[in-house]
Amino acid sequence: MNVAILKLLGQRLFTALLSLLAVSVVVFAITSVLPGDAAQEQLGQDATPQALTALRAQMGLDIPAPTRYVHWLSGIVRGDLGTSSTTQMPVSELVASRLPNSLLLAAVTALFSVPIALAFGIASAMWKDSWFDRIASAGSVAVVSVPEFLVATLAVLIFAVKLHWLPALSYATDIESLGQMLKAFAMPVFSLCCVIIALMMRMTRAAVIDQLEAPYIEMVSLKGASPMRTVLVHALPNAVGPIANAIALSLSYLLGGVIIIETIFNYPGIAKLMVDGVSQRDMPLVQSCAMIFCVGYLLLVTLADVCGILANPRLRHC
Amino acid sequence: MSDNDKNFENLVGPSASLRMMHSLKHGASRRDILKMLVAGGMQATLAGSLASTALSAYAQTPRRGGRIRVGGDTSAVTDTLDPAKQSNKTDYCRSTMLYNGLTSLDGTLTPQPALAESFSTKDAKIWVFKLRKGVVFHDGKALTPADVVFSLMRHKDPATASKAKTLADQISSVKASGPNEVTITLDAPNADLPVIVGTFHFHIVKDGTTDFNAGIGTGPYKLKEFKPGVRSLVVRNDAYWKPGKPYLDEIEFIGIGDESARVNALLSGGIDLAASLNPRSIERVKGTPGYSIFTTQSGAYSDLIMRKDLGPGANADFALAMKYLFDREQMKKTIALDHAVIANDQPIDPTNRFYFAGLPQRQFDLDKAKFYLQKSGVSGKIPVVASPAAMYSVDIALVLQQSAQRIGLDLDVKRMPAEGYWSNHWLNSPIGFGTVNPRPSADVLLTQFFQSDATWNESRWKNPKFDQLLLNARAEIDFNKRKQMYADMQTMISQEAGIGIPMFLASVDGHASKLKGLAPIPLGGLMGYSFAENVWLDA
Repeated sequence: MNVAILKLLGQRLFTALLSLLAVSVVVFAITSVLPGDAAQEQLGQDATPQALTALRAQMGLDIPAPTRYVHWLSGIVRGDLGTSSTTQMPVSELVASRLPNSLLLAAVTALFSVPIALAFGIASAMWKDSWFDRIASAGSVAVVSVPEFLVATLAVLIFAVKLHWLPALSYATDIESLGQMLKAFAMPVFSLCCVIIALMMRMTRAAVIDQLEAPYIEMVSLKGASPMRTVLVHALPNAVGPIANAIALSLSYLLGGVIIIETIFNYPGIAKLMVDGVSQRDMPLVQSCAMIFCVGYLLLVTLADVCGILANPRLRHC
Repeated sequence: MSDNDKNFENLVGPSASLRMMHSLKHGASRRDILKMLVAGGMQATLAGSLASTALSAYAQTPRRGGRIRVGGDTSAVTDTLDPAKQSNKTDYCRSTMLYNGLTSLDGTLTPQPALAESFSTKDAKIWVFKLRKGVVFHDGKALTPADVVFSLMRHKDPATASKAKTLADQISSVKASGPNEVTITLDAPNADLPVIVGTFHFHIVKDGTTDFNAGIGTGPYKLKEFKPGVRSLVVRNDAYWKPGKPYLDEIEFIGIGDESARVNALLSGGIDLAASLNPRSIERVKGTPGYSIFTTQSGAYSDLIMRKDLGPGANADFALAMKYLFDREQMKKTIALDHAVIANDQPIDPTNRFYFAGLPQRQFDLDKAKFYLQKSGVSGKIPVVASPAAMYSVDIALVLQQSAQRIGLDLDVKRMPAEGYWSNHWLNSPIGFGTVNPRPSADVLLTQFFQSDATWNESRWKNPKFDQLLLNARAEIDFNKRKQMYADMQTMISQEAGIGIPMFLASVDGHASKLKGLAPIPLGGLMGYSFAENVWLDA
């Protein structure tokens, strides 16, 4: 550890707290503006004035909104995520049942997408303007422009409904072998990879090319280093910063932005939990999910910056 | 299941059909079956053709064994195994796997004995239920009157937060009146008590239960796993009190909220039974070899509400003109894609045992509509509020708007978002739409939606004669007299209330063709949510 990293971590911790506070205020305000509250959503057609008043009192919705916010905030400072207003279960329990699923899906996707994206990105940069580069670039643009729900739906129609090769539902607790797990995860992971590989690959390519055009690389080549060595040992460490940031952005998307994939494959992840929370106007649940996404994002970005500093000696001494 | 078999069950309901199958098994002849049907109030000619159907249907016997996966249409962390707190279809499905009621409702929503072997009353106020002997809970404890007392009385306790509290409030006491007998006393006579105790909320649990997550009941399956919002797993209860049932070894029940994901899961073999198909998916399921659809015609409807206390609906002629403007045939064909039956501006549907078939059908009649519109003197732009929250209401409103244009009436269709529709617009708009889900009895439906002082009296139609008739019908135990009263009430609503009901909607489920034994119970899809003990897998 050194001073630069510690300083960065300190700054980040401070801004993280500020951002979390800001996000919680914004989310709270937006959910309050939405039509209907938790009591109305739960009662639906049964919402008589008496039933509404009773349920609001039971849910604690009769307290003014700012007071509720302060209550929630003081709870979270003590590490208590609160109680879901619709289910009366601790939010921490609800989140704990879904978060591991989301992390697993994100991890498996990252396991496939990151190496593929890096390999293609670096290769494209090395053979810039070659046929390989052009096909890879055009391909990635094409794939990223197709919306993921289309990719996922087509995949289900072809591989599950027509060919019966893969299961249409990816969540089953009776996964016993690695083969079964691969089968169950194949389509959601494929659909997600389509979206994020392209982004990471193009960022990698741009970052490496940027370095390859720098004067020091010319020096390296003059000294007689092989192209492979030039890229991997000399150019890449300098490009790690932007690449790590691109990866961090993509991975944070995997945590909370995969609602479409979770819906199509009926996968019980945390994004779906949050959307359920929004549709039921379950404030504590929505707030906690938003906090988790925010923390996840900040964590990944900070990690990316630390990686950048560690990989690049020049950044360690400023 | 053969077509004959299905027709037969459609007509007499699964319980009646089972009773007859049972008799057939014991050597009953066609003549015996005929007698049973005629005794059940069936016309002799109809009974004749039914008796033959029953005989041919008996050819197929259920097969034991196998495991199925079922996809319900909702799934949330609010899923519960507490009968009192159940709030949606998936809860009801799980409930019928694990628990039984004192009675159960058959294909005409007539109560049939279940945990109660028989029930009787003299005045519809004091009811005696004789409990079936030898029934045990999943943990081996025998069913006693104390369990029934507990299961019924807990709904009255506000702390239970029962969804059926208003229904339970009419019960003044439940007492064990013998080793296998309970006596229920009501505040006022209600001939429908056996129907009420046959609904899902009144399922019987063990005396003193506080944690319901173990799912201990007397039902056909035992709980193996329950993860709210994810799935539940049940296995056959070998000690089940209905001989030979259930047929399956295991049922896995999952909630798949997205309709197209549900259909894809069905067609890829991931699940064997999928709840609530969109009419647009029906052709896809029917067109795939090895898959079929299962239609349940029920009393669900979306209605046009014209308030009698304010706005143009206050004018009776205007309301009548609107009712003549319904092009019911077109709505049935283009909106519900024929998965509906035409309604007659009154809320009791043809599957109900109190349906009044003699009420002349109101036709789509532009001349009459024009006549009544002119008589009413209403003119100008009339706002009509519709929303996706009220099923099909936007489409119905648009068809209505087109018909109205043809007689020079300008309807301004206002499409509201589904969120907050029920609290902000329903019951408040002078002209708008509502949706009513099937209710277990005519009495519950009419009391909730048409009694003068009902909270949900959508059109604020007030008629003291109707209220009196409703009370009398509730207390009447003679079926025929009761049926006549309900017929009169249906006529009154169709003629006077500010409600236009174009059609009764069907619920359509999809299933693998090898899954047999499904027969409609008009409480809702999936056999009125009680498919679990009735289905079996064909070899």
